[in-house]
Order: sequence, then structure tokens, then C-alpha cells
Amino acid sequence: MSDRPAEPDGVVGTLTKKDFTADREVRWCPGCGDYAILATVQSFLPELGVSPDRIVFVSGIGCSGRFTYYMDTYGVHGIHGRAPALATGIATARPDLHVWVVTGDGDGLSIGGNHLIHALRRNVNIKILLFNNQIYGLTKGQYSPTSEEGKVTKSTPFGSVDHPFNPIALALGAEATFVARTIDNDRQHMTQVLRQAAAHRGAAFVEIYQNCNVFNDGAFDLLREKPQGIHNQIRLEHGKPIVFDEGRRCVAVGDNGRLVIADVETTPPDRIVVHDVHGRPSLAFALAHTSDRPTEPTCIGVFREVERPVYGEAMDRQIELATQRLGPGDLDQLLHSGDTWVVR
Amino acid sequence: MTKAVEERQRVVIRFAGDSGDGMQLTGDRFTNATAVLGNDLATLPDFPAEIRAPAGTVHGVSAFQIQFASEDITTPGDHPNVLVAMNPAALKAELDSVEKGGTIIVNEDAFIQRNLEKAHYTSNPLEDGTLDGYQVYRVPMTSITVRAVEELGLSRKEAERSKNMFALGLVSWMYGRPTDVTLNWLQKKFGDKPQVYDANVAAFKAGYNFGETTELFGTSYRVPPAPAEPGTYRNVSGASALAMGLVAASVRSGLPLFYASYPITPASELLHELSRLKNFGVRTLQAEDEIAAAGIALGASFAGHLGVTGTSGPGMDLKAETIGLAVVLELPMVIIDVQRAGPSTGMPTKTEASDLLMALFGRHGESPMPVVAAYTPGNCFDAAIEACRIAVAHRTPVVLLSDTFLSNSSEPWRIPEVDSLPVIDPRFATGPNAGTEFLPYLRDENLARPWAVPGTPGLRHQIGGLEKDESGSISYDGPNHERMTHLRAAKVAKIADDIPPLEVDDPDGSAEVLVLGWGSTYGTIRAAARRVRERGLSVATAHLYHLNPFPKNTGEVVRAYRKVLIPEMNMGQLAMLIRARYLVDAIGYSKIQGLPIFAGELEDRILEVMQA
Repeated sequence: MSDRPAEPDGVVGTLTKKDFTADREVRWCPGCGDYAILATVQSFLPELGVSPDRIVFVSGIGCSGRFTYYMDTYGVHGIHGRAPALATGIATARPDLHVWVVTGDGDGLSIGGNHLIHALRRNVNIKILLFNNQIYGLTKGQYSPTSEEGKVTKSTPFGSVDHPFNPIALALGAEATFVARTIDNDRQHMTQVLRQAAAHRGAAFVEIYQNCNVFNDGAFDLLREKPQGIHNQIRLEHGKPIVFDEGRRCVAVGDNGRLVIADVETTPPDRIVVHDVHGRPSLAFALAHTSDRPTEPTCIGVFREVERPVYGEAMDRQIELATQRLGPGDLDQLLHSGDTWVVR
Repeated sequence: MTKAVEERQRVVIRFAGDSGDGMQLTGDRFTNATAVLGNDLATLPDFPAEIRAPAGTVHGVSAFQIQFASEDITTPGDHPNVLVAMNPAALKAELDSVEKGGTIIVNEDAFIQRNLEKAHYTSNPLEDGTLDGYQVYRVPMTSITVRAVEELGLSRKEAERSKNMFALGLVSWMYGRPTDVTLNWLQKKFGDKPQVYDANVAAFKAGYNFGETTELFGTSYRVPPAPAEPGTYRNVSGASALAMGLVAASVRSGLPLFYASYPITPASELLHELSRLKNFGVRTLQAEDEIAAAGIALGASFAGHLGVTGTSGPGMDLKAETIGLAVVLELPMVIIDVQRAGPSTGMPTKTEASDLLMALFGRHGESPMPVVAAYTPGNCFDAAIEACRIAVAHRTPVVLLSDTFLSNSSEPWRIPEVDSLPVIDPRFATGPNAGTEFLPYLRDENLARPWAVPGTPGLRHQIGGLEKDESGSISYDGPNHERMTHLRAAKVAKIADDIPPLEVDDPDGSAEVLVLGWGSTYGTIRAAARRVRERGLSVATAHLYHLNPFPKNTGEVVRAYRKVLIPEMNMGQLAMLIRARYLVDAIGYSKIQGLPIFAGELEDRILEVMQA
């Protein structure tokens, strides 16, 4: 049941980046990876052919939270960690809207971890962009739930003793139906991932490695900088053997069944893993663990994409069925339900 | 043998048994038959927090109290005239509450050594003089029930399970309740399980016939119908009334109802009720936690639905941050707090009304918001509509306070005409409001901002928790923050223009003492005032339905009396507000025992205050 008259989504051929860009000064630190992400998202959205009037951005607290104010769409800058909850309400109430959530490693994985996993489990029709810079930037440099063990920060002068989350593995564990990773400065790759996320029906989780040049500069250099990036990015493509480093290395099935990084030359071709986004989650989970940190060869791209009923649609279907079975609700009848008696 | 029939004006019965004995159901059924007969009534379910506490123990006792009368009554009664005790533990737990000389009907079969020990009786209270001075009826309920159903081929355990229907049948006979109401209900409930149906009917009839035919009971009682305003009536609990009120607000506003909640006693009932009403377009969402429930409801409000979340005290703690966001976003939203005894987990199934100050002030920063408090089970219906009306009209979150007692108890309710219910106009923004521009924080005559829902062409805007200026842009300017703080306060204060004045009940106009209440103490205050007036004394009463803002004449009312007595199920929260706001030396009267204040207790207190 749609509560508003359906309007055609398409505004064919008329949208540009400008239509999605708010008339506000952007206030991230100069050199922040967020600028590149913002520009890529603003450039990508026109291709969806959806009026900005039908798009909602929802964010939490942290540097990523400001994203909402820079998008000329409907937007809510919420409270710390709760963006997936707000977005669940919006997307479930209004299946006609396109709802995007912008969060960070602190916002989404620490204070808001519960909402994130439940939004993924329910398969709410929202696209979640998690900017992972492995640090708390807005509060000026404490370790985050993705910071490496031993990380020295203001709150961990002797090094962090926390073990970090692997965001991709976490999303997979939460039964997410779409899980991907990309990198802030790779506009082409990010656009490709956003395209697939936008096309996915249900919750899409996209981790974006984002450089914080003030508090955690260089955390992803091995992957995002030339020339080493070329050697260390394992680009996942559905249906293709997982080969990287200009064809020299691959992800292969080791003797004990575990995935290993191997030289293509010495690996029997049937041992090279062929990527399958629709298959069992264990492959995606193993791929998420080919590296512990972005300081080794690391997978980027879409890890998993499967179909499952979309949360709001399932709810609407129950309403439709109940209405078919019982007729549209009649308030007078409801008030008179049960035993009644008349006083004259 | 024809038995005597005596007339009674009012009767209080308490059914008590093990939490697995079906006492709530028994009480519920007795209530429905009583309602259909046309008595006025009020009920008080009282059950333990444990789902199945160890059988036979005192802390596992579940009780249901009903007062019914041939006149207008307002409370479930202070002291039962009749106690039905299904086992020794029930007798032990409830005996103290029974009126002196009252009637006690026990299931004699349950008074065996093992059960006596579990209830910590060192000797059998049926024989050791404990019950001297009471009118005691020893009825072997279990064995008669088993005999009554023995042809049905049930196991002994299954057969025994129907003994609550025996008790119901017996008490139905004693008070001349119509049997068809119960029999029809059994047909509806168990019609597709013939064996269970037959057993329950047989037990019910056995109980009824036991009263009629044995010589144990010489008299039955007649409580004639109470005079009532003409109309169609039904019995309604606070929880049901609240659910129907929310649906009514949805129907009368055209806004789809979106109820997000996390299971919590005693608010879960609301989630259960609403989740059945999908054909009204109601969306219910059982969230991952209290915080999410509030966030989801607020998101739904942003998207143009009637966003509502419901909880009890511990959940209110968790929702505070989201409610603060709603205050700043200035979106319609209703937060229902079915209060229970706190702090922390407290006594989850027991009533209290100690979240008033939290509703008003329980957020960081200056975050004013309207508070409405329901005051009878039936009034929960109107209160739900009123909370939604204020939320939508004034673009603000509203706290609606109920409590465990209101939620669980029930009373006859005159069903309103749908056309007489308030119309709630969402007044969605449809176009620019400042030349060609749309300013999301441009205010109307109520100081409310426009509600522009996503999808509306050209009204794109970004809102959030950061302070903003009057155009809606983020601002860290100090004087602007002060201006916005005053504006938000003025917006809520201005709601006083949109609510009725505080009504005072002062029949002869000569009272010197005003009893001022809020919430579920309404019935107690009315009953206590009536008792005082029956003594030929004067006392005035008034009841606050809107707790923020107060009705405009509240100061005038409280200053007009020599003394203001404020009974509350807390340590004096309204008293504190009245003292602070109006510099009136209000006298508090607190009861914090997980039970409503008794009319007799309050009567005594009023007399004391009058004499002081």
C-alpha cells in the first residue's frame, strides 16, 4: 500500500551533479578523503534518473555525519549511531523513497553497531556507506573499533589492546544481502560499486576506505596509492578467477581448504578461486579474511549479492493481505468489538 | 429449596491463585459478564513478574480484583468483601487485604500438607483459628471439577486445569451473573477443541450448580445495574483503549500509524494489540532495542507517518536521546510511557507514577515538550488522540503517560461516535513559504514549523541535531542559540492556548481544601472526595490531564484554596512542580507500594489536612 500517489522516478537526461550539490560550504579538513567520496556520490546519483526530491540521506555523528548537509536532497543528520534506525523508519514507511545512510567506523560499528546489524538482517531498503578511516576524527583522534591492535592514540598512549572488527565479515555475519568495499580516491571503482549497491533490492553495505589525513594519515596507502595499490588491490569480479598484481598473484584454495595468496605461475588453474557473489556466504567470509589489515593484499569490490524479501515490502504485503481478508479497517466496528450492551 | 436473594449496592471480589491457575482469565470473564449485566465496575489485575513462579509459593500468587456496583464507582475497591483462594499461598498472600468479617471461599482440596509448607503455614489455617471472624466456605473445587469432567477422558492434570471455571461458575451464581456471556466466550475460544470446550463448560456449570443446589450457600446476591448515560457500552482496558485511540488518531488525521516498540512490561500489550490491526494500515515494528524503536518512529514521522513508540520507564531512559532529537527536529511524534515501579528493573508488573519529572525534564539541554497523562482506562482512548493531535498541530514530540494500573485495569466505556472525534489536519507543506524558497524552520502562528515530507517536489531540506537559525541553517552563534531556545520553549508554552482550562469539582463552593491529581489517581480522588462529602464536609477536586503546559488557570485554581493536597504514586513530583511554578505550599501524599492509593487512605489524609 503506497501512501502517496506514485510519481515517475525518471527525470530523464536533465540531472547533473549540480542538482545534488547543496549550496553550502564544505567544512571537512583540507585533504580529507570525504571530499572525494562526496564528489563521487554527487556525480554518480544523476545516472539513477531519480529526482533529488525522492532521495533521502541520513547520517549520524562523526565527520561522515556532515555528508547530509552537503547533499541537495532530503536529509536528516541524526544522533550518534542511530542513522540506520531513522532510515529504517523512513524506508519502511515510504517504499517510494531512495534512502542512503552515511556512517563511519565509530558511528556505525561502535555506538551504532546494533542498529547496523539489525538493518542488514532485516534487509531494509537502504544503502549504507560506511566511511572507515580507522580512527575517531571529530573527537580528535581516539582509536576506533577498526583500529589495529597496538594503535597509539590519545586514549591509548600505550597502544590499543582492543581487537578490531572486520567490517565486511561483520556485515556478512549479520546476513547482509549486499556487501562491498571500495576506496575513497578510486572514483571509477567507487562509482561501479555504488551503481551495484543502488540497483540492489534491500540493504546494501558498502565499506569505503577513507583516509583521515589529520589523525590517521596513510592507513590505506598500500591500497590507495600508486604504484603499490596496483600490486595489493584484489579486485573482485563476479564469475572471474580472482587474480591480481597484474596477473602475477591469485587467491587460491590451499591444501587445508583455506584461501591463500599464491603465485599464478605455480598454482594449478583449478585451485584459483572463481568469485561468486551469489553463492554461499563462506566464500565471501573467507575473502574478507584474505588480509587482517589493509597492510596486505586486500579484496575490494562486491563480496556478496543475494536476493531476499525487502523489509518494507513484506510489511506492506501483510497490510494488503489483512485488508483483503478483513476489509479496510472500520473504526466504528473496531470500537464496537467484543461484548457490548445498550443503555437506553 | 428456594434460596434467599439479598441486594447489594457494591461488591469487591478478589480471585487469587497460583500464577498457573488462570486467575486473570477468571477475573476477566467475571468482569465481562458483570459489564454486560450493566453494573459499573473497575478492575485491578495484580500478578507476579515471574511467568511461572514455583507452584504453590506466596510470591507466585496471581490475583484479580473487581469492584462492581449499582452506582457510579471509580476504583477497584480498597478491601475485598470476598476472597476466592485457590490454594494456601493465595490465602496467605491476600488475607490481610480482606475486609473484617469478609467472605472467604477456598479450594479445600489444595490445603494439603505439601501446599501448606510451601506457603510457610505451620498449621492448617482452615482449622487453627486463623479465619475466625470471617465467613469461610470450604469447597473441594479440584475433586468436584475432576468428577464433573471425568466422562471426557482427560488426564487428571488436564481435568484439574478447569477448576478456575468451577470457581467462576460458583461466584457467577453467588452474584447472579449471566451465564450466556461466559458460555458464548468459551464457544468462541475453544469451539474448535471440543474436549477442552466440554471440560470448561462442565466445570463452569458444576460450579454454578454447586452454589444453587448445595446447602453450603444459603444466599445469593443481586447487584442491580448502575444508572448510566444512554449509549452503547463495552468493557475496555487501558491498553486496548490506548491502541484504539492511536488507530482513531490515524483515521482522523489520514496519517498511517507507524508503531515501533521493544517488548517491555507493561507496554508490550500495546504492541500486541496494534500488530493485529494491519487492515487499518497500521505498521508495527518490533525493534532491536528501545533506542531503535524511538529512532524508527521518528524516521517514520519525518517520512510523513504518525510515528509512535511505546515503552515503560527503563525504555524511557534509553529513548531520551532520540526524544531530544525530535525536540530539535520539531517533528510530530508520540512517546507512550506505561509507567511501572522503578528505579531500574524495580517491580516490573507493579504500578507507579514516578516518571512525571522524567517526562518533563529527562533530557539534556533545554528540551521542553508537551506531556499528557491518561487518567482512567477509558480515557486512555481520548488521551491517545489528544497526544497525537498536539504532536501534529504543534510539530513536537509529546509524551503520553499511562501506568500499569491503567493499562491492565478495565471499566465500562461508552463507545463514542466516530464523527464526534477530533479531526487532525496534518497540514503538510506543499510549496515554498518564503518567496520561491522553502525555509524549514519558518514558523506559523503556533510557532510550529512546516512538515515537508520527502518526495514533495521542491521542498528539499536538511535537518538535524545541530542548532540552527530561523532559516534552518546550522548556527553556532550564541545569541541565536538563546533565541532558538526561547522559541522552542515558547512554542510548547503556547499549547496552553489550545487546551481546556482545569476544571474544579467543588459542589457547594465552600471547600477550603483542594485535592489536585494527575494520572490514574483520578478514581481514588473522586471516591475519597465522595466519602468526605458524605460526612457533610466540603472538599474540592481537580485533575490535570495536560502536565505540560499546565492549563492556563492552574495557578488561579491552586491559589484559591487554603490547602492543596496532591496524592501521587511517587515521592511528590507534581507537588514539586506546583510549588515551583506557583509558589503554593502544596502538601504531598505518597504511596509507592506498587498498588493504587486506596480511597479510604486518601479519605483519612484529606480529613487530617482539613483539621490541621
